Amino acid sequence: MAEKTAEKKYIISKKIDQFFIDLASIFRFMKRFFVEVWLPPYEFREVIRQCYQIGVKSLPLISLTGFIVGIVFTNQSRPSLTEFGATSWLPALISIAIVRAMGPLVTALIAAGKVGSSIGAEISSMKVTEQIDAMEVSATNPFKFLVVTRVIACTVMIPLLVMYVDFVALLGAFLNVHQNELTSLTTFFVEVFEALTFLDIFSSIIKSTVFGFTIGIVGCYKGYTSSKGTEGVGKAANASVVMAMFLIFIEELLALQIVNFFRFN
Amino acid sequence: MREKVIEIKGLTKSFGDLHVLKGVDLNLYKGENLVVLGKSGTGKSVLIKIVVGLLTQDEGSLKVFGQEVNSLPSKELDKLRLKIGFSFQHSALYDSMTVRENLEFPLVRNVKTITESEKEKKIHRVLESVGLSQAIDQMPSELSGGQKKRIGIARTLILEPEIMLYDEPTAGLDPITCGDINDLINQVRDEYKTSSIVITHDLTCAKVTGDRQAVLLDGKFGAVGEFEEVFHYTSDDRIKAFYDYNFIN
Repeated sequence: MAEKTAEKKYIISKKIDQFFIDLASIFRFMKRFFVEVWLPPYEFREVIRQCYQIGVKSLPLISLTGFIVGIVFTNQSRPSLTEFGATSWLPALISIAIVRAMGPLVTALIAAGKVGSSIGAEISSMKVTEQIDAMEVSATNPFKFLVVTRVIACTVMIPLLVMYVDFVALLGAFLNVHQNELTSLTTFFVEVFEALTFLDIFSSIIKSTVFGFTIGIVGCYKGYTSSKGTEGVGKAANASVVMAMFLIFIEELLALQIVNFFRFN
Repeated sequence: MREKVIEIKGLTKSFGDLHVLKGVDLNLYKGENLVVLGKSGTGKSVLIKIVVGLLTQDEGSLKVFGQEVNSLPSKELDKLRLKIGFSFQHSALYDSMTVRENLEFPLVRNVKTITESEKEKKIHRVLESVGLSQAIDQMPSELSGGQKKRIGIARTLILEPEIMLYDEPTAGLDPITCGDINDLINQVRDEYKTSSIVITHDLTCAKVTGDRQAVLLDGKFGAVGEFEEVFHYTSDDRIKAFYDYNFIN
């Protein structure tokens, strides 16, 4: 009898109900962000500090990954083009692949792992240790100090990191092309930029801005709404990465449809 | 007649089916240290979190300086919070900031016109008050439990509050450090002219720091009065048991 009463509490099922509750909660969280971002006081110093944490401290990992992606992608593409005697198309192919898709996606996935998890864990542990309550009782808005600053920093820094990764990946690709086809740096980059259109670069920047916002808001949301003490810290970090990656793939798919609509119409 | 700074009437608070506070009545008078005692989980911390607006009551009235906390708009609540210092059980120091930055944090955000020299003066004053001037550039992770509590208290004192709320100030500390913290609570009352609520289950802390004691039992105050009155002349077995357990064990 008691079980029957408990079952009636859910509209569809416990998991599906929870999914929609979470979704509504994220939208409320985002709405609060868009309201608070315009209101003073503005925490400029904290935004700069977070930009440094997110951008500069990610550079070593991002550089290595971008460089390797450039080399590996060039090496893997060469045999197919060689079959058609089209190795001269390598710079164009690589530039399109990196700028349109791989640069934003690789950067966003790495940032989701590195930055998203650290934001989720940091805010969650601040919640567990009552640091967020301490801000609130000292008449400081913790949402503004912790969430708004981090989301702005992610939204600003991820597109910059993507541009940097694009460049480093192209540099890696150039080394590989130069080694095999003896192409000069100037020729390589002339071919790279000839293949790219304004839409490619513009869509890449917009897309990575959305990725950055997603990483920031998801990390902050998971951290800010975490519970269950120290166990919640680990869960928040993990959930930040999983959810951000999931959303990034969905956004990539949507962005592809939108850009293709403009490209072919 | 003494001036009431906090006035609580018929306060209730539940978390789901768990009824923590079941109609609490209490007054805090200007300049006094009121100790709220009770077993773990009886809602002592919940009570002071309602006072400072971190939680809201289900029913009842809670007035601080005559203002109903629950019905204050957020800006007014923030103004009121500047008059209340809250010392957390685990200190709640911002662990990514140095002691100096921890102390600056509430100051620069709430006192807009403060000059650099005034800021330094205030920081040094509160650090001297808690006896930790040398810790100014240390990170919270480099401090002991007692030092963290002191810095936590210093951070609340920097805004010169009129009311201090201490949540388990001696929990997890050795007896000597407990004694130091108890002395500090009395020193803060005398030096900063504060009225305080001290939440604790430590009877020594209660005896040393409290002008009055209030024992929370089953969601209501079982006894309120001076230490002797509450513990020596009580007929309530639960209060006797509480006293015996503290002093016999």
